[in-house]
Amino acid sequence: MINPDSVGRTFKGVEHVTVTQSQIDAFAAVIGETDTSVAPPTFSIRISLSQYESILTQPEIGVDWTRLVHGDQKFEIFRPIVAGDVFTCSATIETLRVAAGNEIVSVRSDLHNGTELVVTSWSTLVVRG
Amino acid sequence: MIEVGMALPEKVFYIDRALLKAYADASGDQNPIHQNEEFALSVGLPNVISHGMLTMALAGKYVTEWAGGSANVREFSARFIKPVIVPAGEKVDLTVVATVSEVDGNSVKLDITATSAGVKVLGMAKAVVVK
Repeated sequence: MINPDSVGRTFKGVEHVTVTQSQIDAFAAVIGETDTSVAPPTFSIRISLSQYESILTQPEIGVDWTRLVHGDQKFEIFRPIVAGDVFTCSATIETLRVAAGNEIVSVRSDLHNGTELVVTSWSTLVVRG
Repeated sequence: MIEVGMALPEKVFYIDRALLKAYADASGDQNPIHQNEEFALSVGLPNVISHGMLTMALAGKYVTEWAGGSANVREFSARFIKPVIVPAGEKVDLTVVATVSEVDGNSVKLDITATSAGVKVLGMAKAVVVK
């Protein structure tokens, strides 16, 4: 079970994440995007999901990552991500509910380059019971 | 002239196991349900399924093509309502269309429909672009 005391709390990511051109190139290649001057709109999930994994699986929160299904996803993009961006990532657990035996956790990710907020995204993650 | 109700042309993407591997490597999401058939079956799935975020990334490519580039996408959201099932040795379709649902100055909202093998796979899929 997810610790209900974690709802409303914001957790800092464990490290700075530097975006490289080769990461953008690889992501763009998969979807057939040839303009790699900026990252595709969903590129930031690469950063947010791995940050969620390291944060939400901590014992004090207790998400079982092996039982996880992605329910929905939203991005608000203030400017496109480019190579050389160095992000700090925070994850805020906004809501937690139980439905049909599954735990449904809604998390928000804020990616900052210095003080500039570049992308906010929301993910609904379903931990299958 | 972009008006509410305008339909955008359909585009078909194809997804196969090689693309799932490429997306796993590019995204870092190495969940075996997207690559290992035995594992996928063992957790009750009908077969290997696409990453929901790969489906969304391809729908995003559809949006950026119309918007004139990735830099023009401001908001993008979707629900993963059905899996895209990817059997070995097959290329399955991801068929994407959209209609304009709002226009506000140079900001255009799109309602996106994405289906695979005739089944709707994304729900409430919307994007806001500047055009």
